Formats: sequence, C-alpha cells, structure tokens
Amino acid sequence: MKIIRNIGLTIFLICFAVFLSLPFLGKYKLTEKTFTENFSDVNQQKVLKPALKDVFDKEYNSNVAFFNDYNKAFDDANKDFRDKKEWDKVINDNKILDITKSSSIGFVKDNSTLLFIICFLISALGGIMYMVPALFIKPVAGIKNDYIFKRGITSRGIIAFCFAAFLIIFYIFLYQKPAYLSNWVLLMDGLSNTLTGGNSSQWFLYGFLYCLVMSVMSVRMYIKYRNNNYQLLRTTSVLFFQIAFAFMIPNILTNLQLPSMDFKNIWPLDYTFFFDYRLTELTSNGMLGYWMLGWGIFLIIVGVPVMVYFFGKRWYCSWVCGCGGLAETLGDPFRQLSDKSLKAWKFERIIVHSVLVFAVVMTIAVLYTFFTGSPKLLGIDTYSIRQTYSFGIGFMFAGAIGTGFYPVMGSRVWCRFGCPLAAYLGIVQRFKSRFRITTNGAQCISCGNCSTYCEMGIDVRAYAQNGENIIRSSCVGCGICAAVCPRGVLKLENLAEEGRFDAYIRPEEKAF
Amino acid sequence: MKIVIIGNGISGITTARYIRKQSDHEILVISAESDHFFSRTALMYIYMGHMKYEHTKPYEDWFWSKNRIELKNAYIQNIDFDSKKLFTVKGEEISYDKLVISTGSITNKFDWPGQDLKGVQGMVTKQDVELMEENTIGVTDAVVVGGGLIGIEMAEMLHSRNIHVHILVRDNVYWGGILPKQEAELVGRHIAEHKMNLITKSELKEIIGDENGKVKSIITKDGKEIKCGFVALTAGVSPNISLVKDSKLETDRGILVNDYLETNIKDVYSLGDCAQFRNPKENHPPVEQLWYTGKMQGRALANTICGTKTKYDRGIWFNSAKFLDIEYQTYGIMLKEPLSDEDTFYWEHKDGKISMRANFDKADGALRGFNFFGIRFKQTVADDWIRNKKDIGYCISNLNKGFFDPEFYKSYHKDIVEHFNKVQPQYQVKIAKKKFLVF
Repeated sequence: MKIIRNIGLTIFLICFAVFLSLPFLGKYKLTEKTFTENFSDVNQQKVLKPALKDVFDKEYNSNVAFFNDYNKAFDDANKDFRDKKEWDKVINDNKILDITKSSSIGFVKDNSTLLFIICFLISALGGIMYMVPALFIKPVAGIKNDYIFKRGITSRGIIAFCFAAFLIIFYIFLYQKPAYLSNWVLLMDGLSNTLTGGNSSQWFLYGFLYCLVMSVMSVRMYIKYRNNNYQLLRTTSVLFFQIAFAFMIPNILTNLQLPSMDFKNIWPLDYTFFFDYRLTELTSNGMLGYWMLGWGIFLIIVGVPVMVYFFGKRWYCSWVCGCGGLAETLGDPFRQLSDKSLKAWKFERIIVHSVLVFAVVMTIAVLYTFFTGSPKLLGIDTYSIRQTYSFGIGFMFAGAIGTGFYPVMGSRVWCRFGCPLAAYLGIVQRFKSRFRITTNGAQCISCGNCSTYCEMGIDVRAYAQNGENIIRSSCVGCGICAAVCPRGVLKLENLAEEGRFDAYIRPEEKAF
Repeated sequence: MKIVIIGNGISGITTARYIRKQSDHEILVISAESDHFFSRTALMYIYMGHMKYEHTKPYEDWFWSKNRIELKNAYIQNIDFDSKKLFTVKGEEISYDKLVISTGSITNKFDWPGQDLKGVQGMVTKQDVELMEENTIGVTDAVVVGGGLIGIEMAEMLHSRNIHVHILVRDNVYWGGILPKQEAELVGRHIAEHKMNLITKSELKEIIGDENGKVKSIITKDGKEIKCGFVALTAGVSPNISLVKDSKLETDRGILVNDYLETNIKDVYSLGDCAQFRNPKENHPPVEQLWYTGKMQGRALANTICGTKTKYDRGIWFNSAKFLDIEYQTYGIMLKEPLSDEDTFYWEHKDGKISMRANFDKADGALRGFNFFGIRFKQTVADDWIRNKKDIGYCISNLNKGFFDPEFYKSYHKDIVEHFNKVQPQYQVKIAKKKFLVF
C-alpha cells in the first residue's frame, strides 16, 4: 500500500512538473490572419497593422520576447493618439491572451490533448492513488490527525511557504498577466468549445482547475471523515454546487448565448452584481434576465436572513459557497494554522466589517452612476472606487491572500477576515438565529482539539470548558470541532432561539 | 491575604481563577512542570502530532498577569507549617497566609526489577511526553503494563508511530476492574481491530535490560518473555505527596482532607489527585483522580478560602474517555456489576462497536445510571433523569431527547427500544414522538 502511495505521489509530482514547465515551452508566431481574426474592426486594423509589421511572421522562442515586441508595437501605434490626447482613438485592449494563444506553435499546440490528459487527468489519478491507500493503512475509521504538526507542509515548514509562494504567484499571473499562462489556457480550448461554444479564457481554466482540485481533495475528505455523515454530506454539497452552479450552468448559459450567472453567488461576495455591464446585460435579456436579477436580489434580502435564521450561516459558507468549498477540500489539511488569539479576533472584526462597509459604499456609488449617469459622487470618481475594490478586495484579498495564505494562516483567511457576505451572514447568525454549537454540560476536558482544528480561529474551548454554547458570528458550521472532540462535548444544532446563550451550571453549583 | 498554590494543574488553577473572581487576594501559583497551565489530558495529542504544546494551554499567556495571578516556575522542597513558609530547591523562601497543595499524581511502580531502566516510563507530566519522544526512537515493539485510561492512551500514542503494542492486563478483560464484562469485551475487540496485542490474565514480573541499560524485553508472571524496546507503566497513579510525607500534615495514600478540602492544619488545603477524603461517600473512591472532580473541588475550595464555607459535592457522577476510536460517556454510579438492588439493561449494536447500558432500581424502576459506547449523550438529560429518579421505561422511550451525536448520524433508538421490550417484557415502551421543527 505504501508503494502505491509513493507511486501516486511520484506520478502527481511529474505531472505537476510538466504543468509548471508549460508556460516556458512553445514557440510563437503571429500571422496577419490571426491578427485580423482578433481585431475585426477595420479602423483598428489600419492603425495597428503598420506598427505590427515587424512582428508578423517572426518566430519567437519565448513568450517574454514575443510580449516585449508585441506590446512595444502596440504602444507605438497608440503613441500618436496619446500625444495628441485623442483618448477616444486609443486602443486600450491589446487582446494579448487571445493573440498569444492563437500565435502559439510547436510542441504545446501540437500536443494539447495529450498535455491536457497528463496535466489534469493523470495528475488527478496520481493524487487519488496517493490518498486511497489510507483506507488500508489505517483501516479503522476515526479521526486521525497524526503527524499534522510534525510535517512541514501542514505546520508551516519550508515546503508550506514554497506552496504559498506558488499559489500567490499563480493568482498574480491569473489576474494581472494571464498572457503568460496562455499555454495552460490553450489546453482548455477543447473542453471550452464543447461547453461554452467558444475558446477558453483564463477564467475558464481557473474554473476548471477549481473543480478539479476540489474533486480530488474531496476524495481525501471522504476517506478522512468516513465515520462522519455530516462531513460526507457537506463535502458532497460543496462539490455539487461548485461543479454544477459555479462551473457547468454559467458555461452552458454562455453556450446558449444567455447571460451567464452563478445562481448561488450572492452580493456582496459577488461584488460585480450591480455593476453597469451586468445590469445592462440582465435587463436587456427579457424575462429571463429580469428573473435572474430578481433571484439575485431575493437571495440578498430574503434568502440570507431566512436561511441563516433556521440553519446558521453554515447553509452557505460550508455547504454552498465556492470559496468555502475550496477551503473545505484543498484547505482542510491547513485548517489548524488559523490564529486563535484574542488579538486576531479583534483584527478580524474590524477588517471584515470594514470590507462590508466598503462593498456597500462601492455599490451605492456604482448604482448612483448607473441611474444618474453622473460619474462622480460627492466629488469622487465612482469608477475609481470600483477599480480600487476590484483590485484590493477582489484580486488581492480574496484571491492572492485568501488562497495563497492557506499553508501559512489556514484555509479561511478570506472568509474570516475579508468576505463581506460572511460578515452579513454572521451578523444575522449572531443576533437572530436558531443555530448554535451546544456544549454538553461539564464534559469538556479542555484538551484543545476543537480550538486547534477550528479553521475560523474561534477559541471553541474557551466556551466549551465553561459549559457555554458557542455562538459566534464567524462560525461557518463546518462541524470539525465536534468531529475531533474526544469526549463528545460539542454538537452543531438548530434549536429554539430561547436560552441559546445560557451556560450549563451543575445543580450543585447553582448556589455559588 | 496571600494565597499560595503548589501545582498548576486543573484543580490548582481552578482554585486560583475562582478566588480571583470573588476577591482581591494575592495569588501565587508555583509549578516545576511548566510555566503556564496546560491541559494534561491533551498530552497524548502532543506526541501524536495532533497539537503542539502551546495548543494545550487553555488561556493565552497574558491571561495570568491580567488577572493578577502570579506564576512561578520552582520546585518546592520543604514546607514549614509553623512559620507558614515554603522553601524551594534553590533555597528561596516564600511565605503564605493560606496554602493550597495540588501536586497531582505520580506513576505507580510496584518494585518490579528493572523498572528504572532506560525506555521504561509512565505518562503523567509534560516531561514524561518529552522523554517518551526520546525513548521511542527506533522502537518496533512496546509493552503497556496495565489497562486503564493512561494505558490505552499510551497504546494509541505508540500505535500512531507504527510501533507494535502489547498490552498486559491483570483481569481477563480490558479494564475489568471498572467496566462491565460486555463493555470491556467491546473495547477488547476494538483493541484487536487495531492490531494491538491484548494479553489478559497476565502480570509483569520483571523488565530485562541490555548491556546499555536500555530495556530489551519483559517477563510475565507466567514466565513468558516479550521482546520490546519500550515499556509503558500504566498500572494506575498515586498521589504525589513526597513533599509532605514526613511532616505534620496527615496523609494516608494522599493528603487527608474533609469535605471542605481542609487538612488537619489550619489554612492548609489540598485537592485534586493528591487529596484523599477522610469520609468518602458510599461507592465513591476516596481519591478522585479526575479532571472533572478537580475542577469542581477547585470551585468549592475557592468559595471556602474566600469566606463562604462550601462543601465539595460531586453531584451526579459522570465521566468520559476515548478508547482509540470509541468514545465513552458514563452518568451515575456505574460499577462493573450493578448494585444488589439494581437491574441492568444492555444493548449492543450488531457490529459490536456501539452499546448502551442503563442500570435501574429493581423495585421501582428508577434510573440509576448510563454507560454509552460510541453514542454521545447529553449530560443535562442524564443528570436530570438520574436526579429525579425517572422510570426506566420513560428513559428508554425518550432516549432521543438526549442523543448528542452529530447531525445526520444514524439513530439506534428503534433498535434499543425493541431490544428493551424483548428483555424486559413487563415494559412495552414506544419511541416518544419528536416534534418536527420546534419554534
């Protein structure tokens, strides 16, 4: 069994190495034909063609050299307009990802199906081969957190920092310089054409990788928590919502040339929901568009409070949400790294509620501009507010920090410190909900497993050892504290609101 | 007033915290084991890598100074009860107005030949775990002597490092002195399922060392030799009272205390593992070596020290443990045999890993206690039923009110009720209807 495990790991690492090498492979040649396919506007062609004439048909051995020449040519073409301040004539979108993809020639282009199989399918298989033998090595079901704090990857060793660096770099390129990832995106064209009817973008690649990583890591969850039905169901649920709602349905809608929408993504997590281009898209697509707009607003106003009242915010954060889904699968091995100190809790409350306020203000500003047409609200350019939010929160916080810091600060950095929707759900959970984690009388032995494995950094033990129920706005209801408790002290449940804050006092001590 | 507490375990610390909650007395807690309070119950998880030492500390380090509880890492060598002074090993002098002794336990050793060899140890302190880390390097086989709770913990620890474990127990089943036969067998099967070797009716005779003074094997009383690189001594613990053994303080197995945790000397108190009750209640042990009782004693003692004399009252007994993967919760006094006026009902799941037992009064059917294996049960419900002498039929029919397993777990209530009606045909109970969605 250990041999199978090691073979699996080797296969995965080889495939991963192949995947990592792809952006550095391949040759690039831009032809005039490719160019006209991407820039169909005749006026643009007239401007760009002369500038690009040296680039046409030249073979580049690396994408960096290609980008240099292409970007330079593009700037040259725009230079005249910029100098004359003819802003309306400047061509802003250089379409570099599409251009690079379609200019790719040689190894990657010729073997894209094979590479797709190696990078995604065989590597996944390797991962599964690594995980499944656990069933035989530790054949008795039960919580096994052995070695968690003795392995570098799960206890902030050097390898954990390397992994964090990789994730952060990946997010930076994904959001800011996707052209460098063109070879990865290229591999997805086949699948993308089948699903969406068009070539792949970096977001299609990201969505696919997200689903793949979650699927593989779900196998690990199913094995690790096979004694715990709550965990099995929850894992199935997040996996289903990611694959069906976040990936398949939006892509199929695109294929049907309908507005694409992730029906489970709720504003303010889905911060672009009220952006002009989305509102315009929805309002110009007849009944379906209005229905989608109505559904989104319904979720915000009715869905969130009603569901949180009955089930706690867990219905969303650890059963439905995509960010939560990744945290509960890929992030599970890192959950113990969250900071449980009181100081961290103080920071958390300030930051997460500030982001919520920022999201609300940004949305008001954007809507103001949408309805009045005035680009400024109280003298501030609404577009710049929106850009600041997109960059600072959407990319930096949710992406690069949120996921990149998994191996360093645990799996819920974004959910805990940044997510404005989590803040909203949390306020309802704290003040008006039937959900609580019940503490079983005085049975707690203060061992600390619950606090250690709380991904949200809640000091669960602090409540449990006093016989208090755990009611915290940040609790996502993952149920791991109850699973790792060696004494059966904790239970997540929805009960009558009355008395949910009452601590257990032994009848003998009531007089004290 | 200056209150000095020797020992920073759960009982000493609980005393300190509750004294602070109701007074402004000066509080000093002295320990030679660690700078800060940590959860001794979590020692095994440090070795297994589930946690680090810092995770076992229930309070952050700033907590103590904020609450003006002074901590001191020192080993007390001597107490002068007349002048109310403590002397540390380093010769420091510490005076007190009231003294609380909560020095905990030490591992039982029964003068076995070879018990001090390298690789032979118990597990009570943080240092023991550090030593065990060192002692188990390169070990492939280990023997656990004694089958109590520390025994099964050490077995699990060793097992997590892929060390083959042999467990020697004196009785014919695991923990036969405490658990009823069926439960003991259930745990025994689970131990076997983990490929550990449970050797029953067997006692340690001697431990054999190699030329380097490290253990190489043990010999049992029936002459069997087992090769091993590590021996865990877990035949119980006893009060750690060497500090006061030959002093004016009255001791027996432990420091003798009354129901107010007062010793024979004024202003000197003792509680927790090291204390022994002069007049224990019927069926209650004189020395209570439990986390829960340490906590309760601490609360009662804090009241007494702060002026409200409070009798320690154990209330309805409860306890819990985990045998490898099987959780155990018990409520009420549940001995290995029901008391003479009790009848017992035992149900076991067909897979043999989940069970429950209820003891009840033969005459009036009043519930006396529960044992649960692999089922979590609410303390509030069990406590209430036992306290108010609820009829066993009512309890069985309402078990679902107390089930505490996570959501979506299978309920065995129907199975239990059917079995109950079969073995106790005078009762024909039905499952109490559960209200769906209580508003």
